[in-house]
Amino acid sequence: MSKNDVYIVGAGIHPFGRHDLSGLDQGVFAVREALQDASLDWPSIQFAFGGSSAAGAADAMLPRLGLTGTQFINIDNGCATGGSALLSGYWAIKSGEFDVGIVTGFDKHPRGAFNADPEENGLPMWYGETGMMMTTQIFAMKIRRYMDQFGISEESLGRVSEKAFENAATAPHAWRRQPVDFDTIMSSQMLSDPLRKFMFCSPAEGGAALILASEKKARELGRTECRIHGAAVRTRPEGSFEVFAPSLSVKRGQSPTELASVAAFEMAGLGPDDIDVAQLQDTESGAEIMHMAENGFCKDGEQEQMLLDGETKLDGRLPVNTDGGCLACGEPIGASGLRQVYENVIQVRGSAGDRQVEDVQIAYSQVYGAPGLSAVCVIGA
Amino acid sequence: MRLISENVVSVQDGMPVLFGGKSKGTGEIVFPYPEGAERERYEKVKLKSEGALWSYTIQRFPPKNPPYLGPNTPDTFEPFAVGYIELPKEVIVETRIVSEDFSKLKVGQAMRLTTIPFAEDEQGTPLHTYAFEPI
Repeated sequence: MSKNDVYIVGAGIHPFGRHDLSGLDQGVFAVREALQDASLDWPSIQFAFGGSSAAGAADAMLPRLGLTGTQFINIDNGCATGGSALLSGYWAIKSGEFDVGIVTGFDKHPRGAFNADPEENGLPMWYGETGMMMTTQIFAMKIRRYMDQFGISEESLGRVSEKAFENAATAPHAWRRQPVDFDTIMSSQMLSDPLRKFMFCSPAEGGAALILASEKKARELGRTECRIHGAAVRTRPEGSFEVFAPSLSVKRGQSPTELASVAAFEMAGLGPDDIDVAQLQDTESGAEIMHMAENGFCKDGEQEQMLLDGETKLDGRLPVNTDGGCLACGEPIGASGLRQVYENVIQVRGSAGDRQVEDVQIAYSQVYGAPGLSAVCVIGA
Repeated sequence: MRLISENVVSVQDGMPVLFGGKSKGTGEIVFPYPEGAERERYEKVKLKSEGALWSYTIQRFPPKNPPYLGPNTPDTFEPFAVGYIELPKEVIVETRIVSEDFSKLKVGQAMRLTTIPFAEDEQGTPLHTYAFEPI
């Protein structure tokens, strides 16, 4: 331990799904829960970083939480908004400037696939007019090629979804908590081959908040179970395969996830073998499979056997997405990355109830999204 | 024939031609030929008209309008294939795929450039775009 270690001393979440509450109020709910969890009150918070993608500016929480004059910085960083808020808070404590602060994210999206406007994305109108500007297609083509190259079957896609709904049944904050059997998944409507209805996550609503503290403050609060060992955000390098790409270079390169994973492991002085539980971005089942390899947990192609053997289930060698991930929680963009870390905090503390993984020392999370960025966080004892 | 953009695809001597941009600095080829200020850094070049299917999927549900201009009501929508074609040593382009039987599509198969109608304008004139079909 060094003197500027950063701890997570409080965690709060508003259940994901569909609610009558505004996105902002779901964020406030999560903040209040995190404060209570840390036995702190709002006036003791020295800084806040927060954001949403579609539910307004996070600092609009202030009148509800208390106008204490605290600095509140809004974060807007695509699908890594939550991860970026966390990283900003981490640096704030690490710098030695602050003892305690909060990071939060929330969102509320309309139903159905995210709407895409070519011009807003710097693309010609014909790209959307001819029916190619669909995130669902890109994800499908990415996993189609991966399956072909590395021998992954369609059944593996189904196994990922089956596990997600199975895990979510025991997670109070998850959205889709009814188990869905394998045959139902494999015969559900084909949306974009090889991906079916139960293999895609949906836009949703929810909020999450974490309270970060210096070692001194964490000791004072008696909350030293969760130290941040490493945290990194990386953007797309040359040759990565991202959404809305009318062309790709014939020289293929690494992904932002590979870069972020290596960076976070290096900071932590740890490797994939040290991880006891992992929350990986599962926008669709194929993403979880590819991210298992991109984060260093297996070689390309090994996922087929790992899934067959149940190695990523709650009682497996490396449980993945223990609360059902995006597949079962949905994806409120601003809150999604923080939900993963929330789940890891609960797992490290050993308070995850029926979905508790045995003896969790170190937990890993990775959130990935448009326009091509990934945030990784390694926490634990 | 009304095409999406002469800077993307045109028909010369009855044959479709696809255009890309070649970086004046690095020689790297991109698709489409960039618009706006970016264009200065690229030279417009003809791309190969044959390549290999790099990946594909079938669009099984109607995309939203906007931006999609094709038929998208439950009565008029027909699933269609899209994919990436690797043009050897040039670039991998995203494209509509012509396929009579989706189950026959296979990564690596040889494909050739063509054009297809994908929508109609207000006057009922068909709009065409580039596409690739199995050889």
